[in-house]
Amino acid sequence: MLEVQGLTVAFGGHTVLRGVDFTLPRGARAALMGPSGSGKTTFLRVLAGLQKPDSGTVRVPAQKIACVFQEPRLLPWLTAAQNVNVVLSDCEETLPQAAAWLERFGLGGAAAQYPAELSGGMQQRVALARAMAYGADLLLLDEPFKAMDDALRRSVMQTVADAAGDAAVLLVTHSAEEAEALGCTVYQYENGTFL
Amino acid sequence: MTPKARKIGSVLLTLLFWLGVWLWLARAVGQELLVPEPGAVFRRLLELAGTAEFWQITFTSIGRVLLGIVAAGTLGVLLAVLTTSSRLLDTLLSPLMTVVKSTPVASFVILALIWIERDILPVFIAALMVLPVVWANVSAGIRETDKQLLELARVYKMPRARVLRRIYVPSVLPHFRAACRTALGFGWKAGIAAEVLTVPRSSIGRMIFESKLYLQTTDLFAWTLAVILLSVLIEKILMRLVARIGAQTPGGVRNA
Repeated sequence: MLEVQGLTVAFGGHTVLRGVDFTLPRGARAALMGPSGSGKTTFLRVLAGLQKPDSGTVRVPAQKIACVFQEPRLLPWLTAAQNVNVVLSDCEETLPQAAAWLERFGLGGAAAQYPAELSGGMQQRVALARAMAYGADLLLLDEPFKAMDDALRRSVMQTVADAAGDAAVLLVTHSAEEAEALGCTVYQYENGTFL
Repeated sequence: MTPKARKIGSVLLTLLFWLGVWLWLARAVGQELLVPEPGAVFRRLLELAGTAEFWQITFTSIGRVLLGIVAAGTLGVLLAVLTTSSRLLDTLLSPLMTVVKSTPVASFVILALIWIERDILPVFIAALMVLPVVWANVSAGIRETDKQLLELARVYKMPRARVLRRIYVPSVLPHFRAACRTALGFGWKAGIAAEVLTVPRSSIGRMIFESKLYLQTTDLFAWTLAVILLSVLIEKILMRLVARIGAQTPGGVRNA
């Protein structure tokens, strides 16, 4: 179980997260909603180990964490398939597996393309395919569907909901529809914490 | 006319223009001892190129300078890795590199002559000129590596070797390539200058020095022309080699 107690994070005197208590049972799915700049991304960054809290305890028992950031964060010099493969073995043997994940996200024809040749929505799908391919116990998704049109978004949400399997999911979103599609319990941001 | 033909035409016209200026100057001065005519210089260069001694001297000089450049290139990369990972080392090394960059070649040559044998001194001088350039560029490349990609590598627990191969090397390669381009010119000129000042056996620098000593201005110009032509040739060959390293590095070409 993911457990956060009394988590506080401040930047330059401005407290973003104030004494956050949060638990996410193994395999559970939760969505964090709230206004922009309320610290949702910071919360995910703390869980991913990218941000040190000022105080509080964070217990993330997951062995493997996958994160889809707001930006696709693709390696510009690698093809779409190589970008997925880089979190697998990064060897030729797992390249077909990476390509299969791209196929699942409707990017079968883009496997050999470089990020600069892909649209923003396609890049974000590559990032999602990479996260799903990793086989994580905990999926941290920071507004992962925002660069997609409605029809595509629904199909991609469905793919993510299926592919996530038993992994715990923590989704940051502004859309109740996304939270619902992934079967998430919704937590609203209020006064520096999630309720 | 194709763009390539236009480019070649433009280069040839520029060359002809400057050869014309040279010829006009030589005729205006009217003394071969001061400014020989281009025809005489090219004929002398061809004569020299027909001798085995010319090639032996040329290859010895090239070997010395290249040895210095390669040694400095390797050391520069290693030092860049060290100084970007340790603030203390960076603080200690940065002023030293600034001193090396700002000190005239002649001062180093005279100083180094006290400690180093003249035959290998050009190697040392070429290395000394190249080192700060490679170090500064590669350090900048390492520092400018996309932090977001490094965070990605951290989250996905990528092994260090993979982070190096997939993130750092492609990020640093354009900086390294730029360093090579600058450093080659620096190293070559400094190496030959060191040879002129130290006159080691079998060296282009010695030939330039002796031409000047015996007032053989046409020889002086011919050897200088050889240095320029070799500089262009070496740069072309080495840049192709570096580009090939880039092509073999995953995504290196994309990053070019």
